Amino acid sequence: MNTTVSIAGVEFQNPVMTASGTFGSGMEYSQFVDLNRLGAVVTKGVANVPWPGNPTPRVAEVYGGMLNAIGLQNPGIDVFIERDIPFLKKYDTKIIVNVCGKSVADYVEVVEKLGDQPVDMLEINVSCPNVKEGAIAFGQKADALENITKEIKAKAKQPVIMKLSPNVTDITEMARAAESAGADALSLINTITGMKIDIGRRRFVLANKTGGLSGPAIKPVAVRMVYQTAQAVKIPIIGMGGIADASDAIEFILAGATAISVGAMNFVNPYTTVEIVEGIEAYMNQYGVQDIRELIGAVHE
Amino acid sequence: MKKKEIAIVHEQNRIARDIYEMWLTTDLAKEAKPGQFVNVYPKDKSTLLPRPISICEVDKARNRMRIVYRLNGKGTREFSAYRAGDPVSVMGCLGNGYPMDELSKYRNICLMGGGIGIPPMLQLAKELTCEKTLVMGYRNDDLFLNQDLWKYGTLYIATEDGSIGTKGNVLDAVREKAVTMDAICACGPMPMLRAIKQYAGEHHIPAYISLEERMACGVGACLGCVCKTTEVDPHSHVKNARVCTNGPVFLADDVDI
Repeated sequence: MNTTVSIAGVEFQNPVMTASGTFGSGMEYSQFVDLNRLGAVVTKGVANVPWPGNPTPRVAEVYGGMLNAIGLQNPGIDVFIERDIPFLKKYDTKIIVNVCGKSVADYVEVVEKLGDQPVDMLEINVSCPNVKEGAIAFGQKADALENITKEIKAKAKQPVIMKLSPNVTDITEMARAAESAGADALSLINTITGMKIDIGRRRFVLANKTGGLSGPAIKPVAVRMVYQTAQAVKIPIIGMGGIADASDAIEFILAGATAISVGAMNFVNPYTTVEIVEGIEAYMNQYGVQDIRELIGAVHE
Repeated sequence: MKKKEIAIVHEQNRIARDIYEMWLTTDLAKEAKPGQFVNVYPKDKSTLLPRPISICEVDKARNRMRIVYRLNGKGTREFSAYRAGDPVSVMGCLGNGYPMDELSKYRNICLMGGGIGIPPMLQLAKELTCEKTLVMGYRNDDLFLNQDLWKYGTLYIATEDGSIGTKGNVLDAVREKAVTMDAICACGPMPMLRAIKQYAGEHHIPAYISLEERMACGVGACLGCVCKTTEVDPHSHVKNARVCTNGPVFLADDVDI
């Protein structure tokens, strides 16, 4: 049975990854999950300098999901290179570093510093809805997305994944813009902007007023967007959005994802990723699937 | 070592209005330290996130842990319906707990609990061997855990409505009873902790306070539950510490509350 998948020349032992921001740099969850069994660890977004993030409350539960407005708190690229990359290098898994910034120059600075580092791919966060500058500002207009993708591709030493926002009118327009600017792969979806109001206190639950919705509540939206995107572009897609088990993962793969990421569900069950690795193998056995690549985009009418 | 496992409900009782105690049979009891908490996971998938609940008491010989919680929404409502023998998914033991080695240097510690911050004071009172004064603040005469607490030190009660003990908060009781102390351990609502931080500063004594914040993962990964720190935190490299892993217990001087 073959569970390996390949994205932009990088081979992953299986298609199961962690969604950026839900898994730190793997350290915290390594006490629960054998990181050697994951296709890749996708790290929390890192900027050129430390970011303090948003005020609290930063998280809120909603029906079948959660809102977060962390605001990309991170220790900055220098600490990340010194501390987090050496930690991840101890494991037999691929490393994908999520990069954030307030300006194109911020992103490029991080990408350049990662140039000689042992990381396998870069994931560019142009879709975080919780920061005032940067991030989603580059991910909601096709020309801005195209421009930042080109600038990053010109400097990047590793293959580049552009992480797309669902908070757009037409996901395929954004996907095509990133592809035409040279992106090697796409990941989607980031969180959907939401809001929760405490009716007793008549106040916003999150200090940031709005937050990104994640968890099983968003899965059908994500599956639809992965499918539409897969129809629109040729580059590989990493699918995510509410994946809770192997059935969900296979649904995304059938919709056209080459790999999948587990996000909010890590908080609910820290063993979710490894259980999905095992569950995909069980599905392949049950249905006599020799190679997982047979399943990618195999949905039909 | 943190782990997620299935505990079995040994006993559940309502001990005051909207306050429940649940005794769980779990191996986590052996490792629990005063001031730590466990994540309790609702079974209903519409309530996804774990509920962080402080450890009130442990019976290591019987592998039992007592958690006391306030009915505060859908998740805790589900928990309150659990009966003896029911399985419950828990992760623990989480957080740092009170610094027992550091506290062993003090001779006379005042434990202050307010509302649903009272439960962790019980195991702490049991494990601290020095002289202790316990000052607990309630809303009214609907007391809980007072019958356990008095066994481990001099107990003073404050109630907001004055129905029992001192009328007012825990610091009003401390002043009225002229309580002396060389260190404070506290858990309770933020206004109480702010007042305790100020009191400790004025009296030049250390105060170890347990903070509460909305959490998601409970293990330090999501950065949802941070608090502001007075100095740059060595992990985050900004003035933010994670309540779930760097806390929930902090030296009051170290946090900007």
